[in-house]
Amino acid sequence: MREIVFHLLVVVCVLGGTLSMAGALIWLERRLLALWQDRYGPNRVGPFGLFQPVADAIKIFTKEDWIPPFADRAVFVAAPAVIVVTVLMSFAVVPFAPGVWVADLNVGLLFLFGMSSLGAYSLILAGWASNNKYSLIGGLRAAAQTISYEVFMGLSLMGVVMLAGSFSLRAIVEAQQGVWFCVTQFPALVVFLIAGLAETHRLPFDMPEAESELVAGFHSEYSGMKFGMFFVGEYLAITLLSALATVLFFGGWLGPVLPPLVWFVLKTGALICGIILLRASLPRLRFDQLMSLGWKILLPVALLNIVVTGAIALLGK
Amino acid sequence: MATIYVDGTPHEVEEGQNLLQACLSLGYDLPYFCWHPALHSVGACRQCAVKQFKDERDARGRIVMACMTPVADGIRISIDDPEAREFRKSVIEWLMTNHPHDCPICDEGGSCHLQDMTVMTGHAHRRFRYKKRTYRNQCLGPFLNHEMNRCIQCYRCVRFYRDYAGGRDFDVLGSRNRVYFGRHEDGVLENEFSGNLAEICPTGVFTDKTLKKHYTRKWDLQWSPSICPHCAVGCNVSPGERYGSLRCVVNRYNDAVNGYVLCDRGRFGYEYVNSEKRIRGPLARGAGENAVEAVSKGTALERIRPWISEPERVVGIGSPRASLESNFALRALVGPERFVAGMSDPELRLARRAVSILRDGPAAPPSVAEIEACDAVVVLGEDLTNSAPRLALAVRQAVRRQPTEKAARFKIPAWDAAAVAYCCQNEKGPLLVATPAPDRLDDAATWTRRAAPDDVARLGFAIAHAVCSASPAPDAMSEADRSLAEEVARALKDAKRPAVLTGVSCGSEDVLRAAANLAWALRAEGKDARLSIALPECNSMGLALMDGGSLDQAIEAVENGSAQTLVVLENDLFRRMEKTKAERLLESAQHAIAIDCVENPTTARAEIVLPAAALYEASGTVVNNEGRAQRFDRCYVAEDNIQDGWRWLIDAMSAARRSEAKDWTSLDDVRAAMTEALPALAGVAQLRVEGGKIPRQPHRYSGRTAMRAHIDMSEPTPPEDADSPLAFSMEGYSGAEPPALQPFFWSPGWNSPSAVNKHQREIGGALRGGSPGIRLIEAAPSEKIVWFEEIPQAFSRRPDEWLLVPLSRIFGGEELSVLSPAVAERVAAACIAMNPKDAEALGLKAGDEAEIRLGGTEPIRQPLADMKELPEGVAGWPSGLPGVEWVEMLSWIGRKGTD
Amino acid sequence: MLSALKTIWLVLRHMFHRRVTVQYPETSNYLAPRYRGRIVLTRDPDGEERCVACYLCAAVCPVDCISLQATEDEHGRRYPEFFRINFSRCIFCGFCEEACPTYSIQLTPDNEMSEYKRKNLVYEKDDLLISGPGKYHDYNFYRVAGLAIQGKDKGEAENEEPPVDVRSLLP
Repeated sequence: MREIVFHLLVVVCVLGGTLSMAGALIWLERRLLALWQDRYGPNRVGPFGLFQPVADAIKIFTKEDWIPPFADRAVFVAAPAVIVVTVLMSFAVVPFAPGVWVADLNVGLLFLFGMSSLGAYSLILAGWASNNKYSLIGGLRAAAQTISYEVFMGLSLMGVVMLAGSFSLRAIVEAQQGVWFCVTQFPALVVFLIAGLAETHRLPFDMPEAESELVAGFHSEYSGMKFGMFFVGEYLAITLLSALATVLFFGGWLGPVLPPLVWFVLKTGALICGIILLRASLPRLRFDQLMSLGWKILLPVALLNIVVTGAIALLGK
Repeated sequence: MATIYVDGTPHEVEEGQNLLQACLSLGYDLPYFCWHPALHSVGACRQCAVKQFKDERDARGRIVMACMTPVADGIRISIDDPEAREFRKSVIEWLMTNHPHDCPICDEGGSCHLQDMTVMTGHAHRRFRYKKRTYRNQCLGPFLNHEMNRCIQCYRCVRFYRDYAGGRDFDVLGSRNRVYFGRHEDGVLENEFSGNLAEICPTGVFTDKTLKKHYTRKWDLQWSPSICPHCAVGCNVSPGERYGSLRCVVNRYNDAVNGYVLCDRGRFGYEYVNSEKRIRGPLARGAGENAVEAVSKGTALERIRPWISEPERVVGIGSPRASLESNFALRALVGPERFVAGMSDPELRLARRAVSILRDGPAAPPSVAEIEACDAVVVLGEDLTNSAPRLALAVRQAVRRQPTEKAARFKIPAWDAAAVAYCCQNEKGPLLVATPAPDRLDDAATWTRRAAPDDVARLGFAIAHAVCSASPAPDAMSEADRSLAEEVARALKDAKRPAVLTGVSCGSEDVLRAAANLAWALRAEGKDARLSIALPECNSMGLALMDGGSLDQAIEAVENGSAQTLVVLENDLFRRMEKTKAERLLESAQHAIAIDCVENPTTARAEIVLPAAALYEASGTVVNNEGRAQRFDRCYVAEDNIQDGWRWLIDAMSAARRSEAKDWTSLDDVRAAMTEALPALAGVAQLRVEGGKIPRQPHRYSGRTAMRAHIDMSEPTPPEDADSPLAFSMEGYSGAEPPALQPFFWSPGWNSPSAVNKHQREIGGALRGGSPGIRLIEAAPSEKIVWFEEIPQAFSRRPDEWLLVPLSRIFGGEELSVLSPAVAERVAAACIAMNPKDAEALGLKAGDEAEIRLGGTEPIRQPLADMKELPEGVAGWPSGLPGVEWVEMLSWIGRKGTD
Repeated sequence: MLSALKTIWLVLRHMFHRRVTVQYPETSNYLAPRYRGRIVLTRDPDGEERCVACYLCAAVCPVDCISLQATEDEHGRRYPEFFRINFSRCIFCGFCEEACPTYSIQLTPDNEMSEYKRKNLVYEKDDLLISGPGKYHDYNFYRVAGLAIQGKDKGEAENEEPPVDVRSLLP
């Protein structure tokens, strides 16, 4: 019984935590971008502008929620929900601290890949259902980008799996007791981070919504809370990416002195700031550059990493 | 054809013109001031300088004035030559030494020839450091504003006013650097065409005073192609609207009709549209009491529905001042048998007679331009200046025609105006003015004859007989008349293109017959003779071509009870019959519905009054006295419930659940049905134009997002015009619009009325798309002439009785224009005119009140005026003037105190 | 790749730069007199309305947000009967000021004109007319123009001869 209550508590906390994290990230990102651009960012609503996400939420909830008459209504409504659901599902297998997880699947990593593949549907369907040429192009880009980078992300993590000997994320964390995988698997870390950014369509890989060419791409036609879902989905995805990187490469909750959960949050937070720094400094790639980066550099690197790791692992046995 | 080289490019041009005209026709921009297509060259301003070269090896050349240099084969000129450019720039600079710093407050600004030419020559900086000359202005009456400081001494105004329009009370005064253009003292400019000075003057010396009262720049006005509603000549005009009110009317060039000139009634009579007497919404008059209440459109239509649901119980009275389409819609509502043309019996008979003379005889009705090209003119019985002013001006040009032949013999080109004038001195071509009352054309006439209408007709018959002996001769002519007839006949036979002008205003069919005989006699003698008949109203000819009966028919139908409802379309019955008769007609009808734009005695007695659009707010077709059907398109959508007469009638039809109403949604539908039903109007179908939208507003039209902002922040979509290809917008197609649909003339760099240059095939000729309008009447080609044989007896005066003849009045004689405050200021005092001898015999003197009795009616009081030219036994009646009751013309009035 | 890392480093270093944002409304920037803000109608040095209702500002306005109607006093001095600027459309381009031949219409450094109701952004002549001459202190159009108005007859403007005597025969 207590087990069930604890698990429900964890579920509720994870859900609440991640969603409020998404809100906080809106504030954090704007403040950080401003910091790096010699501005202040939102500093009017509440202390340090902390309530800005609340104001934004009120605004976005009360905005006119308009569905264009030419859109495919059902798909148009469903699409934003898909991305939020898939990302939230992914958090189910993330181990935050010893014992603090929703589910410890022995195929955790595969589950994650599955969820991120499903997430691609959200963008494709949104682009298609909008019945607008820019949105459709955005959706197509999203599809191509997600499918391509899924490959490298998967391949890059094979080294980690080999070293840990398990697909379970808990096992992977525990395998880093000695040295973090970010040292032993450095090429994989780089490939994973780049592929992860591409998967979440963050700058500099936000081709599906490139404002300057596609007028917001797949979500051109979205407004109100439906747009908000994409927005929240993106921040959830950043959090997820950082959490995964923490788990897979930076030893998850492992760390001295401080409690495990704090270590986890600190590491994740640092990674998030890093991702925002990338946004602040790097320009958007061209789509062909994106593709050649993936297939000509990341794929060979990832494969080489597997071969070398595999060889070392074999030799080490 | 001659080949001229302009800056090395060869061009084929017509010989006999001057270089300026040729260059402008070719599309070159060459500045000019004193030259005007209607006034020709005097070479005064030195502005149109070009370089002329001896041959292709000549590089130096010499500066000549383009307007004074005839086109010659092989001539080489340069417009672009730096020296010529510098010369032209210097000329402007000199002109500008005294031009005031006035443009922001000058009404000409934005449509100023001087501005355009200054920009064209590139003069931008004042180097002259000395003081500017100033003048005192004159008050020139209600039409024109005078600001002499702006004058550049081009002399166009005097040349127009004195030489072209025959005015005498305006001249150039003073000497050297002080020359002054004005009257010898302050006072009203008398000439009926004075308003044209506003357009003729290349700068702002003369500007439209009525526009000044609600001034708007030319670029801010919404224009439309329209027709002047104030007489039957059908001059083409462009009314300009701003903020929902009509601001001005300007000339719209049509080479065949008005050319560059409008009369003052047409130009300044527009303000009836803004008048307080406008009917702005449907009115219902309660039974018994005189209470009038404004009702909604729906209520009004619901009220009239039962009255009109049985067409056989309705009589429709059409109107010669309403469009063909409105009249036809009324005819459709009540049925052809119960549609009356809205003219009294004599009026309609005269109009129909005019049509039959023009259509069945060999003399075709001339356009105004054709009258100007005639070289001998006979005017029978019509005071043209007052009833059809533009025709009188054309007669003045025709009179100037014959002496120019003498100039031609001296090899003076016709465009060399000063030399031609010097050569001809005061010579005039032959013109006979035979009318009952003194006429404004008398000063241009070779012969004048004052006689009663019957005697005028007899003189006409006598001239006809003298021209062609086959034409019947009047008997018992006086010796003086016979020799006059022979003299006129000789002059007519010597002429190349004689014209006979007459009209219906004096009410005599004999005069029409005599004019017809005369024109036909000239035809029989092989002359290219023309016959023009002036009619009273803008669509009189159109109504004559339709099939309705006269007002008597309506009276009969109402009085014998076969009709219960009267529908009166844009017609004041009190201007067409005696007051008592009109009152009786309106009272005996159970229901009277009036559709009109202004309040008048008829609408005051109608049970339901529906607000019709004034002509400038309406779309339709009118036929002028030449038989030219011309379309007009609304300038703006009038506010409230005002709509076109034909739209009210369609609404009435749909209220009565008539099937036509469903098919008629636009003007074109009505037009199509009309041409099908009335073969005489078949040509009107050609006036339909389909295609893209033509903007009514100039591209600089301003204030779109602010003009309604105080009422509503969101800017409304402009109204759609289903009846024409014109848009209430500044956006749309602009280029080679069909000329009948050109709302205004503009061309890059040409903002003044001179912009029309850029829209003509050749300067002073037809517009690029041809002359607007379709002629519905062509002369019968038959060789056989059926002469009119009935010749009236000589006028014999009756003891103690006087024959009433009309005194037409340009200002005040027309129903609508008199509602314009400016025109109202010019209205002459109403009076009955008599020969002083007659007055003396009555024991009356000028200024006394005369009491007039017509068989059985109440006496009318009217002050008496002396008019010594009037024949004895005849009394002049200022018909149509405000406060003057309708009296049938050619009736006899009795002595004071007798019946 | 190296350039990307350099860029990231450069951006990161900006963390320690001074912030350029001015904390409006607590502090506010200096706006030059030529700043293009709220439009006013000025008066000439004699205290009369400068606007002569020539319509040039309306004509030049690229968003057509100026509308006016000219009228005259009994002595012929022209002024606008109404003068309306729809500031919800105005783009503060300053063309009207450039077109104005009398220095009447001027843009001022005031830009605090937000409203909760759009309609309050429609300024009529009463809202636009100020009591001074604005940026141009000395210019008086009617002192230069040839037109006679009350208090200035023909020939009394700057650089004008007295009216000529038309009847003079002197050479």
